[in-house]
Amino acid sequence: MSHLLSIEDLDRAAIERICDRAASFSEVAEREIKKVPALRGRTVLNLFYEASTRTRSSFELAAKRLSADVVNFAASGSSVEKGESLKDTILTLGAHKPDAIVIRTPWAGSAELVSRWTPAAIINAGDGKREHPTQALLDVHTLRSMRGSLDGLSIWIVGDVLHSRVARSNILAFQKMGARVTVCGPPTLIPRGIEALGCAVRFTLDELPEADVIYALRMQHERTDQAWVPSLREYAAVYQVNGRRLRSHQVLMHPGPVNRGVELSGEVVDSPQAVITAQVEAGVVVRMAVLYEVLAGHRAPGASPGDDAGAAPPPASSPAAGVAR
Amino acid sequence: MVDLLVRGAHVVDPRAGIDAPHDVLIREGEICEVGAPGSLEAPPGAEVVDGAGRHLFPAFVDPHVHLRVPGQEHKEDLGTGTRAAAAGGYCTVVAMPNTNPVVDSAPGLRSLRDAAARDARVPVGFMPAITRGLAGQELTEMAELREQGALGFTDDGRPVVSAGMLRKALQYQRLCGGVIALHEEDPSLSGAGVMHEGAISALLGLTGIPSVSESTLVARDCALAGYEEARVHMQHLSAQESVLAVATAKAQGVQVSCEASPHHLLLTHEAVRTLDTSMKMNPPLRTEEDRQALIDGLRDGTIDCIATDHAPHARDEKEVPFEQAPMGTTGLETAFAAVYSGLVEPGVLPLGLVVEKLTSGGGLFGLPVPRIIRGKPANVVLVDLTADWEVGAEGYASRSENCCFGGRTLRGRVLLTVAAGSVAYRERAFALSLA
Repeated sequence: MSHLLSIEDLDRAAIERICDRAASFSEVAEREIKKVPALRGRTVLNLFYEASTRTRSSFELAAKRLSADVVNFAASGSSVEKGESLKDTILTLGAHKPDAIVIRTPWAGSAELVSRWTPAAIINAGDGKREHPTQALLDVHTLRSMRGSLDGLSIWIVGDVLHSRVARSNILAFQKMGARVTVCGPPTLIPRGIEALGCAVRFTLDELPEADVIYALRMQHERTDQAWVPSLREYAAVYQVNGRRLRSHQVLMHPGPVNRGVELSGEVVDSPQAVITAQVEAGVVVRMAVLYEVLAGHRAPGASPGDDAGAAPPPASSPAAGVAR
Repeated sequence: MVDLLVRGAHVVDPRAGIDAPHDVLIREGEICEVGAPGSLEAPPGAEVVDGAGRHLFPAFVDPHVHLRVPGQEHKEDLGTGTRAAAAGGYCTVVAMPNTNPVVDSAPGLRSLRDAAARDARVPVGFMPAITRGLAGQELTEMAELREQGALGFTDDGRPVVSAGMLRKALQYQRLCGGVIALHEEDPSLSGAGVMHEGAISALLGLTGIPSVSESTLVARDCALAGYEEARVHMQHLSAQESVLAVATAKAQGVQVSCEASPHHLLLTHEAVRTLDTSMKMNPPLRTEEDRQALIDGLRDGTIDCIATDHAPHARDEKEVPFEQAPMGTTGLETAFAAVYSGLVEPGVLPLGLVVEKLTSGGGLFGLPVPRIIRGKPANVVLVDLTADWEVGAEGYASRSENCCFGGRTLRGRVLLTVAAGSVAYRERAFALSLA
């Protein structure tokens, strides 16, 4: 794998390989010195065209734990307004010779586009409303760690699916891993044609008890250019996952940041069924695995990754990581 | 003015009732004689072209192109745009007014017509705006514009959002004439959409443009035209509901005509999957059902003509993420070959019908329709229907290369275009073979 552009590009085996490697990296976080030299001397560029604290810092931490050098480049909206095109930005930043570029933009397909303009490995950290593949991988990893497998699980994704790249990547990833996915939300926030992705569609939570996993999406206040719902109050009344609706057998997930009192009630956020902090933890190890995969993992199996012989942790369970993109 | 004898080409001119090999003699820019193969002699000094195995059609007329003059000459100009037209077999094109500044005043139109007389390779007709600055607020001086040669009026690129505003334009048409051509799109439904709303937009996370954003306005404006007994033309239909709305209006006697573009006749939203910005246009590529409805509309006469909506954009404007790219594809150089390869060769539509739909567009706006009949001005195109060519492999005559058919191999190559009695285009290898 030379890039991570989209969940669409991955098969089940590739997802499992990344999750297995992430599991092997979990041990690093428990060490006193939380660092391995696997990517020493490599440069990772974080290029974010949208505000992000969590994803960016998670990638930064992941890169640093692998001993890569990290440069953060926040391309604010204004730098776009100044007129530099995405292509020119990439060509300019190419002068820094990054080995990998982690990119988030408000535009679908931008990660793939960028991969044509630079020899660096590209990791999609969110392209518009299209995909957020590392979020999906960390969610799969979280569930696998808890349940061993997603096979046969019923997963409900609840909320603003229309604006959610997390939803799109997760629908694809969960299904590839053998789960059944239902999306549920207000009809104004469920994109027409979404069934084509293979998921079921519901507009009420009436059948929510059948879910094994509830994945609540964030109501995105920052996208309130239109009134998609009459009020947040009414939204919460119909779609909020709260103590009355959450069953004891159900796992509750959320990509963060949570709007307490809107998509989730405070009580369920604090309940033991909520695995939100486990998701954040998984974020770092999964992103370590992805960085390792695109920068070192495609080398021949058996060869020592990087120049630091024996220093990197080749996961025992990992097969040859040579999937062409 | 050219003297030319085309020997033995298969002449197809549905309006003239011709579909057989003929000799065609052009003298001083007019069709002088149409005779049996081998029956005509070339007068001294006339060029002789061997048409055996080739086809000769009346040259095409495109009622909907963007030549980008004034103000956007980095995309196209009158010279390059009409060179592209000639290379596609067109003898006349009609330019849209969404330029910078907008063509909305008599002096602007006059200077543009002067420039075209100087720079254009084929005759160009102009459609000034319905409303000043395309702003949808005040009518342009339609009567004066007509005196200066306006073929009609359009705010193309934008709808006339206000029904009341459009009604005034339709009423005013009683005074000055001129077909009112409409880009139909309800912006409260199309919003920030960048592609057809459906399964592909859901997969890509792109904001969709629903079919009803077009069809509701088509229906509204057919009703207005019927009420005001006005003459309207619906541009670039893309949705099956729109075709139905026009068919219904026509059956009720509304004076409405409409066009479809080669890209809507041949491609669907599936082509957007790869986020190729050449596939981004407005209206967007829609579903297979929509495509079939457009083909049926051509066949049953609901759709009057094929128009390219040739919309050139510079490479750096299109080499951006899909959502940022401007709408539009070029089309003049590929229209015939694309429609021939995609619809005629597989037997979907007869060749004669396609020739008719490619030539009839100007007639809707009062321009003469090219015909291969003695005494008519010579507007003909010679085509090799056996030649395959890769779109863009040898570059484009247009200044821009944002062609939705780029990279495809098409069948049917224009060899020679005669426009208004002069040779406007010779295909390079063909020209060399003559020498």
